[in-house]
Amino acid sequence: MADNDTPMLPASRAGWLGLVVGALALAALPYLAPSTYYVELGTTALIAAMLALSLQLLVGCTGLVSLGHGAFYGLAAYTVYLVTPANAGLPMWMTLPAAVLVSGAVAAVVGALSLRTKGFFFLMVTLAFGQMIFFVFHDTKLGGGTDGAYLARPLISAFGWELQLPRRQRPIGTYYVALIQLVLMYIGLALLLRSLFGRVLQGIRVNEHRMVALGYDTYRYKLAAFILAGMLAGVAGHMWAMHRGFVNPELVGWHRSAEALLMILLGGLYTLHGPILGALAWVGLGEASQLITERKLLVEGLVILVVVLVLRRGLAGLWTFARRPAEPARPPAGAPSPESGTAEGARHG
Amino acid sequence: MDLAGLVAQLLNGVQYGLLLFLIASGLTLVFGVMGIINLAHGSLFMVGAYAAFLVGRATGSLWLALPAGILGGIALGALLERGLFRHFYKREHLDQVLLTFALILLFEEGRSFLVGNDFHSVPIPAALDFSVPITSDFSYSAYRFAVIAVCLLLALGLFWWIERTRFGAVIRAAAEKPEIVDILGIDARLVHLVVFAVGTALALTAGVLAAPLYSVYPNMGDGFLIISFVVVVIGGLGSVSGAFWSALLIGLVDTLGKAYVPGVSGLAIYVLMAAVLLWRPAGLFGRAA
Repeated sequence: MADNDTPMLPASRAGWLGLVVGALALAALPYLAPSTYYVELGTTALIAAMLALSLQLLVGCTGLVSLGHGAFYGLAAYTVYLVTPANAGLPMWMTLPAAVLVSGAVAAVVGALSLRTKGFFFLMVTLAFGQMIFFVFHDTKLGGGTDGAYLARPLISAFGWELQLPRRQRPIGTYYVALIQLVLMYIGLALLLRSLFGRVLQGIRVNEHRMVALGYDTYRYKLAAFILAGMLAGVAGHMWAMHRGFVNPELVGWHRSAEALLMILLGGLYTLHGPILGALAWVGLGEASQLITERKLLVEGLVILVVVLVLRRGLAGLWTFARRPAEPARPPAGAPSPESGTAEGARHG
Repeated sequence: MDLAGLVAQLLNGVQYGLLLFLIASGLTLVFGVMGIINLAHGSLFMVGAYAAFLVGRATGSLWLALPAGILGGIALGALLERGLFRHFYKREHLDQVLLTFALILLFEEGRSFLVGNDFHSVPIPAALDFSVPITSDFSYSAYRFAVIAVCLLLALGLFWWIERTRFGAVIRAAAEKPEIVDILGIDARLVHLVVFAVGTALALTAGVLAAPLYSVYPNMGDGFLIISFVVVVIGGLGSVSGAFWSALLIGLVDTLGKAYVPGVSGLAIYVLMAAVLLWRPAGLFGRAA
């Protein structure tokens, strides 16, 4: 991958190798974990990683900071609840498309309205619409109201064949289903970034006016990214329902969106693998903090402050910095950035 | 529907809207002048409400809470501005969002540490704990009238300050063109400090006034923060008069919607916001960006 003009992806063969090693390490985790509790924690982290990765399509790639992303995630989990009969789980090939379609459809409406605004307006409007969806589940009996509801988990099955796992093995099966989805999502987004569509999105982040001047209808590109990101958040939300078998309004709330943003910043804003690192670190940190103190919010709040004040390039930035100190991970505004080649590439691509 | 009930709901709506204005005006001022979005603004409101609760519990009277809220708000705002916010005016949106999100978590933890996680009701001050008879069969809470009066006084004072004083002119200029403040030789840091402190004091005051009406409970700032965003979006970001009319509109729509269209409950205001975004994305009172 010497000819790599997409700075969100690893620049070298060694970088890709690092990602493969990371994925293999994640795959080995269930065999290293001392108990199923840690396997389940790992699944939670993988789901968080999917959510952060889906949001990265908007934030790091297109430059749209949305605070309503958690709504699509929660909506998908609730969709699984709503389509599933009371006692029997449905196969995944039915629940997953249903969840993704609902998330995508709502993202289309929310995106079409919110993208009429920019910057802080966009932030506040996405937050408000996200909370609207939150209130639908919080204030009505649609999904069990404030208490939430239990649901029969989706089944891993295809064409009449069903993966039957004994109760003790189930967390491991779920973990691998989540890991496979995460890997596929990363590969899909990596391919997307290298496509014309992905290059236009990155061009919009660097300089939207230039993309308009080049003749791109940036509203449609941003809307497409918004819908796609919503659908991918739906994949994560579906996996949550499958993992926990429980939905409550907190899943839809905006704190989830803010946490996903934090995972992105923690991991590294302008890399595609950063959000995954950030999500794993964030979940691990939450777990570790509970060993030390009851006051989880205190630790989380202080960590966010440190990240925002000190660790401005994220964890992925530390890595890049160690290897290539010459290339700024976060170019100052106005300086010629490594991304400027992207828009040029889009024209020829 | 009966007329007396309608009048009561209209008054409730006006009272709610004016309270929202106190919160939203601080949000929009701080954004207009410093270009920063403060998600912790709802937490400041919560601080005010809990301050009222604590003062009421300690002294048995709420009268001290109002000056305590205003002065405490100015002090807290100055502290936050000097200590944290001023380093973030030029930073990216994402950093500002996360800084203020961290503050929400810390404020919530502080609240849990000091007061616990229980729901507390706050008694209405005894002197205002009666109903004002309007007609022979209709009366309205004196405390709510008092809240309306205090909010209107504060709103008038705010408008006078911004529109009629020299410092207000500087604020308007800074919101229009930040560079102009430096060119005129005015200390921009002082302007930022004052604006932030005033915005914080307004949020705390709203919290103090709201405590007897809505009680105090964990995360109470969240709901008010998000409704204030809707107010600001509809009013036009950075416009204080826009925030005023939009807050009244939202207060009335939300109150009447909840009273007369059950099932829709809280959704009415979001439908309104969607309609405004379709019709005038810059807000009803904002100028096109």
